[in-house]
Amino acid sequence: MTQLQPSPAGQPATRTAQPATRTGAFLDVRNLSVKFPTDDGLVSAVNGMDFSLERGQTLGIVGESGSGKSVTSQALMGLLKGTSARVTGQALFQGKDLVTLPESGMRQLRGRNIGMIFQDPLSALHPFYTVGHQIAEAYLVHNKASKKQARTAAVDMLGRVGIPSPEQRYDEYPHHFSGGMRQRAMIAMALICEPELLIADEPTTALDVTVQAQILDLMSELQEETNSALILITHDLGVVAEICDSVLVMYGGQCVESGPVDEIFYDTQHPYTLGLLKSMPTLSSSSGRLNPIPGQPPSLLDLPKGCIFSARCEYAALAGDGVCASQRPELVVEDGHGKRCHLRGPQIVTIRNTR
Amino acid sequence: MDTQAILQVENLQKHFPIKGGLFSPKGSKTVKAVDGVSFSLARGQTLGLVGESGCGKSTTGRMVARLMDPTGGRILIDGVDISQLGGRDLYNFRRKVQMIFQDPFASLNPRQTVGTAIAAPMLAQKINPAGGLKSRVKELLEQVGLKPEHYNRFPHEFSGGQRQRVGIARAISLNPSVIVCDEPVSALDVSVQAQVVNLLQEIQRDTGVAYIFIAHDLSVVRHISHEVAVMYLGKIVEQGPREDLFRDPRHPYTQALLSAVPLPDPRAARQQQKIRLRGDLPSPANPPSGCVFRTRCPLFGTLGVEQQQRCISDIPLPASAAAPACHHAGLDSAALAGVQ
Amino acid sequence: MIRFIFRRTGSLILLLVAVSFITFTLFQLGPADPASAACGQECTPERVAEARVALGMDHPFLIQYIDYMRGLVSPRMIGAPGAESICQWPCLGKSFQTNENVSDIIARSLPYTLSMAVGALVLWTVSGVGLGLLAALRKGSATDKFIVGAASVGVSLPIPVTGLFLLLVFVNQLHLLPFTTNEINSPFGPQGPWAWVLNYLLPWVALAVLFSAAYIRVTRTNMIETFSEDFIRTARAKGLAPRTVTFKHGVRAGITPVVTMLGMDIGLLLGGAVLTEQIFSVPGLGFTAVRAAISGDLPVTMAITMLAAFFVIVANVVVDLAYAAIDPRVRLQ
Repeated sequence: MTQLQPSPAGQPATRTAQPATRTGAFLDVRNLSVKFPTDDGLVSAVNGMDFSLERGQTLGIVGESGSGKSVTSQALMGLLKGTSARVTGQALFQGKDLVTLPESGMRQLRGRNIGMIFQDPLSALHPFYTVGHQIAEAYLVHNKASKKQARTAAVDMLGRVGIPSPEQRYDEYPHHFSGGMRQRAMIAMALICEPELLIADEPTTALDVTVQAQILDLMSELQEETNSALILITHDLGVVAEICDSVLVMYGGQCVESGPVDEIFYDTQHPYTLGLLKSMPTLSSSSGRLNPIPGQPPSLLDLPKGCIFSARCEYAALAGDGVCASQRPELVVEDGHGKRCHLRGPQIVTIRNTR
Repeated sequence: MDTQAILQVENLQKHFPIKGGLFSPKGSKTVKAVDGVSFSLARGQTLGLVGESGCGKSTTGRMVARLMDPTGGRILIDGVDISQLGGRDLYNFRRKVQMIFQDPFASLNPRQTVGTAIAAPMLAQKINPAGGLKSRVKELLEQVGLKPEHYNRFPHEFSGGQRQRVGIARAISLNPSVIVCDEPVSALDVSVQAQVVNLLQEIQRDTGVAYIFIAHDLSVVRHISHEVAVMYLGKIVEQGPREDLFRDPRHPYTQALLSAVPLPDPRAARQQQKIRLRGDLPSPANPPSGCVFRTRCPLFGTLGVEQQQRCISDIPLPASAAAPACHHAGLDSAALAGVQ
Repeated sequence: MIRFIFRRTGSLILLLVAVSFITFTLFQLGPADPASAACGQECTPERVAEARVALGMDHPFLIQYIDYMRGLVSPRMIGAPGAESICQWPCLGKSFQTNENVSDIIARSLPYTLSMAVGALVLWTVSGVGLGLLAALRKGSATDKFIVGAASVGVSLPIPVTGLFLLLVFVNQLHLLPFTTNEINSPFGPQGPWAWVLNYLLPWVALAVLFSAAYIRVTRTNMIETFSEDFIRTARAKGLAPRTVTFKHGVRAGITPVVTMLGMDIGLLLGGAVLTEQIFSVPGLGFTAVRAAISGDLPVTMAITMLAAFFVIVANVVVDLAYAAIDPRVRLQ
């Protein structure tokens, strides 16, 4: 192996995902909502999410804190079952509705058909068990195998995720591992049963940028190898641009824009997405003022009647008649590109160019 | 530049002794968290300090603010060495350097109103502003984009961005010459982060304060800094003006770091030449001999035996504006990628 | 590991020396006059002086202490010159009151205390941890509220109250249990283990009511915190059965504070047993210690104090070892 591992220059254009057909999609989420009763009232964390995903695709779910992106993933994993959360809607996965599936049925899917990677690998790994044991455990739940076979499988998996001398590292504890190695171990654990769907919740947020690059490469590689579907949840538009085929932008528990990655970045349709892109400093932008989105995200306890973004939207007046403040826009999908906004196409082009 | 430098740091060191056990004498081994760091900072300028966790950037910042005592080296503020100050002198020095932290909530007392928190440094330094303390605090609140009526509110009533504004108000209350900003926007959402970055730049323009801006987010550092220093295992490996360093990085570590930043631009991301570092950061308790970066250096494998030997045995000269801390810098990233 | 035990034994000895010295000093400073107590009814100053010599109290304080400590390492002679008798190792001295070897007194009382302690310990640990865990798993439910409520009542009931109440109801009124007898002090005795259990059940319950309340609260708080940890979510995301998630991943991680408490309470138990032994008239160490302290019987008091210190320290070592067994991160140090 050489020391340098540049990825091939220029990915083929076919990488851009085609919009999934709604019938018989691999994962089809419709009108998914999650509400948490609290002492202050009902928190509407997710409000009517619709999306679908095919095998081999990578979907990026982007949003800021409180946008509902993590709650969406937990609802899909069934991790909210047994809590006070109220999950409604539908999430069809291989013909099974993940929303109504009882906990026992969900348990069969978890780990075997749906794997999950979490943000902070140090707290997501059990501190008292060896890394290898935890991976082998994941293998043993879903496979009729001896402990020895599970060990072999886990060592093999540790090797595949790029951990050197996996046979030795198997018997080490999470605190012996570096941050990057821990996340590799998490990936090994999530993938050991070769799930068809992998959900990664901020998998690189806790990592340094050079390690992040390694982990993102690894996830792309493994996904190509296994032809699984990947849902990547992140706040980092850079990460999305690097590895996602399609993107879903969340704000206030709703999807405000969705579509193929290039369209989201180069043919942005929603003022919020536009605001996010413009508020980011980049490695090539000239200095001067950044353009933040004014104001604060809405309270999930008391969502506005109209468009959830309208209070912070600088272009609400363009739509006229105060429609933005009074009427909540539907998610309109055209040619695989969805947006939840009252503004028309030409108006969007105008505001895109004004800045 | 040195003539108008407000801050000069020379050969700064922080060595932590590794606690010895029963049978191993104490102090026989040390972790060199910061090992010979030198830079200077001009009035009204920003020095970005970047590097991955454990590189010593925060420790450097804390030593400049004298929240930590340096093991060696000098820290000159306006030409006066403050690295060994104690007692009364240290107390007086505190006015000149202030700090802003990553987590504004953790650095604010939850039982104290925001007004009290902002007034605290002035009270501690026994400063009586013209017009009274309270009106000065209200003035500061307005300066950081909050409202005077926020004076009696508590930290938990504020959002993350607003709390960071409180932290900024407190830091500027003594009109310091230097503010050490330790990951000030890392915990904030992108849209809020931009608000805080803008605020910091406005304050600098208005007051001429100099910043040491410590962050792992290279995009933010590039945006706000005039000068940038890249740290690796306690040493600065490359430093220079922002434009030069980002346009033409010369140290292989800087090159790798920059190429690892994910670009919010899918087409560019697909075309970008990527240099991937392998492996992990070596333990700072047991750093590699010679050049500390050689174990992960993408250049190393392409070198001849003699050149490699030099990396293993000789410590490169500290980075200066003229040259990075590398024996063999000069191969650019394209040439590096071509080596494959 | 060996170094750890080595170091701990060293500090154990140092601590025992310190404890014995402090007890010895306190006794000297106290109002008790063992010599006049020992010489009985008709005390002339001459007889008191004789008694002082016989008890070795004519020597300076430090000599007395050193003599006493010598007995811990080797046999020594004890008594007035001319009337000395040998005190076999380990010599804890002779009782001022009965002239019995203190080691014999300890050997006689210890089984009673151990009988009390072991059963009570098991009872409160099992009920405390079990109920605490149940409350944590059912957080917010009626079960949880009932357990928490019962715990706060239990913790505020002093042992004399629970003890006397239990005696009144189960022995005097319902005749369900025998009155505690001194004939049984071991499950391996002729009456068998069942008689042992019945004999000590009431004192166990009295102790357990007090202690388990604290265990319920600590277990509940820690388990609730542990169940919200990321690694529990990971365990669920792997598809593990709820039982495995709860016990293998949850309990092992959340139990360490309970282990710490247990270590401290094992020591406390000797103190706590004083009252219980009084109420149920069990002639254990606590019972003996109280009598010795009242009558100014220095050697007996000394021995029991040091034994208590020894138990506390050993319990702490055991806790540390248990910690290392539970949490691999501790093994680093």
